[in-house]
Amino acid sequence: MTTGRTSSAHQQRAPRRKRVVLADRRGSRDVPRTIIDLENQSSMGEAMIRNLVRAQLRSSLWLAAISAAFLGALPVLLRYVPVLSEIRLFGIPLPWFLLGVLPFPFILLIGYIGTRKAEQHEREFMDMVDR
Amino acid sequence: MNPWALGGVALIAVVTFALAMWGSRGARTTSDFLLARRMVGVERNAAAIAGEYLSAASFLGVAGLLLKDGIEALWYPIGYTAGYLALILFVAAPLRRSGAYTLPDFAQVRLDSTRVRAVSTVLVVLIGWLYLVPQLQAAGVTLSTVTGITYSSGILAVAVIVLAGVLSGGMRVVTLVQAFQYGIKLFAISVPVFVLFFVFLGQDEQHRRGLDEPVPPAFERTTTVRIETDVRLRVTEPVWVDVLSGPGPEALDGVADSEGAGSGGSVYLTEGIHSVRADSELRFPEGSAVPAVADAEPDNRSWLLPQSGDSYELFETYSLMLSTFLGTMGLPHVLMRFYTNPTGQGARRTSFVVLGLLGVFYLFPTIFGVLSRFYVPQLLVTGNTDAAVLLLPTAMLQGWPGELIGAVTAAGAFAAFLSTSSGLVMSVSSVLFTDLLPGKLGNFRLIALGSCILPVALALIAIGRDISQSVGLAFAMAASTFFPLLVLGIWWRKLTAAGAMGGLVVGGGLVLIAVLTGAFLGDGYGWWSAVLLQPAAFTVPVAFVVTVVVSKLTGRNVPSGTGRVMLRMHTPDRLGFLRDRSVDQGEAAERVSSTSRGGRGRHRLVRARRRS
Repeated sequence: MTTGRTSSAHQQRAPRRKRVVLADRRGSRDVPRTIIDLENQSSMGEAMIRNLVRAQLRSSLWLAAISAAFLGALPVLLRYVPVLSEIRLFGIPLPWFLLGVLPFPFILLIGYIGTRKAEQHEREFMDMVDR
Repeated sequence: MNPWALGGVALIAVVTFALAMWGSRGARTTSDFLLARRMVGVERNAAAIAGEYLSAASFLGVAGLLLKDGIEALWYPIGYTAGYLALILFVAAPLRRSGAYTLPDFAQVRLDSTRVRAVSTVLVVLIGWLYLVPQLQAAGVTLSTVTGITYSSGILAVAVIVLAGVLSGGMRVVTLVQAFQYGIKLFAISVPVFVLFFVFLGQDEQHRRGLDEPVPPAFERTTTVRIETDVRLRVTEPVWVDVLSGPGPEALDGVADSEGAGSGGSVYLTEGIHSVRADSELRFPEGSAVPAVADAEPDNRSWLLPQSGDSYELFETYSLMLSTFLGTMGLPHVLMRFYTNPTGQGARRTSFVVLGLLGVFYLFPTIFGVLSRFYVPQLLVTGNTDAAVLLLPTAMLQGWPGELIGAVTAAGAFAAFLSTSSGLVMSVSSVLFTDLLPGKLGNFRLIALGSCILPVALALIAIGRDISQSVGLAFAMAASTFFPLLVLGIWWRKLTAAGAMGGLVVGGGLVLIAVLTGAFLGDGYGWWSAVLLQPAAFTVPVAFVVTVVVSKLTGRNVPSGTGRVMLRMHTPDRLGFLRDRSVDQGEAAERVSSTSRGGRGRHRLVRARRRS
């Protein structure tokens, strides 16, 4: 598989050694049984999919509920707890921080957790398939 | 007229044009045009999505509503951002893996029904147009404000540039241009904010009134205001006004001295509501209180802090939250961008990056809105609050520094119209293309041209107000129709075509009725107008329930391919169940493997990698 000496004569220097890969080892492997199960929608494959969907939906609903509870509480809180409006941070009333700044990092955090969770469920599913 | 601003706008136009020409090299096939070959990476796609999403409503509208409504308006940027959270959690990855290319295509893949597809097509076009018209109107107003050209030529200029981009290279060009325009917009809003904020700290004006005092804002210097359309002003602190030309104010309730003085005279406006006819020119003396249009918060304290006013205001807030949180997933120009990611995981990560990009952007319009309460209160008199971002720099800084900063914000606003409009034209015309006239690229160009004509005509007829609110209707429409279809379609096996159809028709119908009744009844206050203006809080749940109930009733007609579609949507990308629907043959059969694409090397590689 080396290319060093065999290269044509008119080249002054031998080209750098390269690693030639003829085939991706993962590709040459037999298709796992579970993939065939999934493809044929056997009861086993079907159950696996249902489990995956349920797991994904559960964590998504949890995160959605947390963000709805947090953001949904803000209008009522600010309206019926006027004390919050009296608090100042650096001379700026607290409600402006609560609505103008805080929701963005919060949403970003939930989005991060959501992405991580979803990918984790997919990895677990893959581990099950590869076995 | 500001020569710098004209230069800034022209620069954006030229750069966009040049990028479009450069990017269109090699865009030949339909796949290039419609999907940018499904090869766009996470970061670039996220920048493109954010660039496309930050429309005139975000760039101008948020600051304008803040100037008018105060703290309540902060829910708009929150909602615009949180919509992507819903996309991450429920839609992005499975939708991409479904392989469908447009929303109507998804309806067909999932439900195997051409009728649901047809209704979705109509709705996509409707939502696209609802969103496009305010963009064009804002473009007309902006360009006429900053450069002095007429309203209609402003609209036509934007339409021509958008079409040039879409026609020359389709999605590939649009992706590039939009990613670039996110940068422009972030620059054009952040740099002026920093500069103006330090100017604000340095200046100490004698008439400035504290934002927490229960008094209206005051004019810093003698100000002449030209009223373009009829307005109703609420006066909370009596003022003397010189009527320079036009009919001048009339009292509706409350007693006013020397009413009907006509042009040339002085009028004493007492407390109460006054109406001012279009084409009036009023001059307010230095230090006098600012009367505000009737739907704005008149005094500074109620503007600054949340008020325990009428309960319908709470309903409006929740309705707005619901429509923006759930409506984003139904916006055609946003959804289409996810199809350009190669994998479902890529689509999910893209929306996460978008969250970050939007969060950074939306910190800035807030500061603009607050500053404009001090410096451009005359917009409260005309009601044209959307111009706040454009006029603030010259109002705060005299001479060329102000004009230069003004040019930057004008260029940013122009970029906002361009990118959102190109995205909308692109998505509406590709939906029409795959549904009506599939086939040759020539048809695509024809349809792109055709789908522009009606919105341009509508924008030419009417001058728009409050971009954020009219865009809000598009969100309400999207949330009431496509949210049940997408979320139930992705997560619930028992959805039937009849159920989806019921939800689409009921949700879309209710929003339409609300909009039309609202337009017919005109402005008002109280529960009725709150429900008509922000209908989402009842239309979304109703549409969702209708979809579920009808699906349960027609439970025997669950499409036979449901299991297979669920498998494809939810299994990880590496298993290789993803099958991209062909866009070349429209509704024709799906392409099953890489063989038909074998001609192009990059595709084969990606496919091979994905299947391993």
